[in-house]
Amino acid sequence: MTQMNMLQAINNALDTAMAADERVLCFGEDVGVFGGVFRATSNLQQKYGKARCFNTPLVEQGIIGFANGLAAQGSVPVAEIQFADYIFPAFDQIVNESAKYRYRSGDLFNVGGLTIRAPYGGGIAGGLYHSQSPEAYFAHTPGLKIVVPRNPHQAKGLLLAAIHDPNPVLFFEPKRLYRASVGEVPDEEYRLPLGEAEVLKEGTDVTVLGWGAQMEVIEQAVDMAEKDGISCEVIDLRTILPWDVETVANSVLKTGRLVVTHEAPLTGGFAGEIAATIQERCFLYLESPIARVTGMDTPFPLVLEKEHLPNHLKVFEAIRSSVDF
Amino acid sequence: MTTTKSRVVYTPSFTDGAEFRIPTFKVLKQDGSLYKGAKAPALDKDKALRIYRTMVTTRILDERMLAAQRQGRLSFYMQCTGEEAAVIGSAAALDDADMIMAQYREQGALAYRGFTIDEFMNQLFGNELDYGKGRQMPVHYGSKKLNYMTISSPLATQIPQATGYAYGQKLAGEGNCTITYFGEGAASEGDFHAALNMAAVQRVPVIFLCRNNGYAISTPAAEQFAADGVAPRAYGYKMDVIRVDGNDVLAMYEATKAARSLAVEHNRPVLIEAMSYRLAAHSSSDDPSGYRSKDEEAVWREKDPILRMRLWLERKKWWSEDDEKQLQETMRREVLETMKRAQKRPPPPLETLVTDVYDEVPPALAEQFEKLKAHIRRYPDAYPKSAEHAKGGA
Repeated sequence: MTQMNMLQAINNALDTAMAADERVLCFGEDVGVFGGVFRATSNLQQKYGKARCFNTPLVEQGIIGFANGLAAQGSVPVAEIQFADYIFPAFDQIVNESAKYRYRSGDLFNVGGLTIRAPYGGGIAGGLYHSQSPEAYFAHTPGLKIVVPRNPHQAKGLLLAAIHDPNPVLFFEPKRLYRASVGEVPDEEYRLPLGEAEVLKEGTDVTVLGWGAQMEVIEQAVDMAEKDGISCEVIDLRTILPWDVETVANSVLKTGRLVVTHEAPLTGGFAGEIAATIQERCFLYLESPIARVTGMDTPFPLVLEKEHLPNHLKVFEAIRSSVDF
Repeated sequence: MTTTKSRVVYTPSFTDGAEFRIPTFKVLKQDGSLYKGAKAPALDKDKALRIYRTMVTTRILDERMLAAQRQGRLSFYMQCTGEEAAVIGSAAALDDADMIMAQYREQGALAYRGFTIDEFMNQLFGNELDYGKGRQMPVHYGSKKLNYMTISSPLATQIPQATGYAYGQKLAGEGNCTITYFGEGAASEGDFHAALNMAAVQRVPVIFLCRNNGYAISTPAAEQFAADGVAPRAYGYKMDVIRVDGNDVLAMYEATKAARSLAVEHNRPVLIEAMSYRLAAHSSSDDPSGYRSKDEEAVWREKDPILRMRLWLERKKWWSEDDEKQLQETMRREVLETMKRAQKRPPPPLETLVTDVYDEVPPALAEQFEKLKAHIRRYPDAYPKSAEHAKGGA
């Protein structure tokens, strides 16, 4: 075990994967000698050479197109998009190509080796274009997996699982946790399951669900609620697609209440999908409407970031309203 | 750090690149003789005839399948007509282990590799033997064993993928390359520029083959770009480039052979611009009479690449009238017979609707599938293709 922040855990996961398999390659803008703008790929070029860890030209659609080809060839590319906000030039390559490679070829070809890493989410005064949480766009695309870790231990285990998963995986890294989240991380290789949510705390009155950096927010909100005598069950969804309906539904069958929170805007956000599925599964068990605590339906603001974000107070209020309904 | 090593001038000096006029490489005249100073490539009789037979087969397949589409037997079709030399001449210059990542009009390259008429038909009719499991529109072929990447409809997406694929081949060190085909219209997509730039920077063994056939559906090349074709763009990426008469099979073969050696032996990506003409419509859904003249088409019909090669073969005494007649009859018969066979085969089983989305069917999708089957069991007459398959399960 070593004390690491999330960046160190991600760097350690990449190092572990590259050491174990020479087909693993890391590339993206500034990923080479500089180690990425956040230093997630620090020292990888020095250790594994320029052929396996390198800078690309500044062209996201090219990075992912290139990565798709590499994965189809049998390599194991880990492509970095510098910010999730800049993933959209590659939308076509991800949505029409990565996601459909296996299906359209009848499984003759696939890009299962592909992992796309991108720093994601707000809370770092990044304004419109260094703050977004675009998971819902991709969650509408069968064929992709989408993973968001909540801490360093999760980041290493989920990233290694993503790299080895036989399907293309989008790995969104909550960048406000990069240095803020610190914890014990095993030095050896380990993988955490994709497609499985994790119940972090059992409770009886209300289920509170989120992923990534929202888990810290949920923890604070739940502390407040418990002081008011509300017993909360806390779940980290971890994988957005395909998501673990069973774990969430079983929890809501027990508690009768659900609060879902994410940073992305409300309309069309993934909480809507969760709410629809859970009301189908748990209709007769629900004690109150499923609550969504999310970013507002605006572009991501700068100065008023705090007002925009679904912080612990907003989540706490939603828990209270759900229980008091 | 600037990468420019240019000389310095002290008055404003503009250039539009006009000094870089790129010549067109030709070997074979329309009458089957060689241009003065041109030399035929080292092609033995067997290989020359394999190329020629593939060109004729492709032409016949295209004619018959367009007719089948017109008769309502097939939903859609796309012909290679007029571009057989560009596609098959280049494919013939490759190693069988080289990867082909095509656009959608390159069935000749696949036929050259040995895709059988049965295999073509199974895809066209989307029957249970289609490798793509009936999921894609006609002409979206793919073959793992023949190293031919399954076709994807979005234009130009295969071009940066070819760069990536070839980078993997370079690391593997097995001496192979990737060729990617695309039209002059697709070359306007951002993916084209991304692909060429990345290939040049990383010195990747990839051949970019642009079929400049004059039209992107109805849009003529003159409305696609202001430059002298697509070839001059290679300068901007510091990439080797050659422009070839795309209706000249010998020139296409020779140029691609040389490009392959630059790519594989020297890690130099190459852009080839094959100048040709799409003699047929864009697809069975298109009608060129709305945007070009019969006279224009007639000029290009005179430059038929298949006839040109045939006249060369006849001059060499490698081919005769009888050979031609026999090939035409055999192929027409085979196409017709295999079409009937393929059309009769059942569609892919219902479960292919949900398999291969992921390596395994996720639980939520499995649940949707069970619901669908239950629905089909209630309305079997509405789903004749799958009612039988829906009988099993919960």
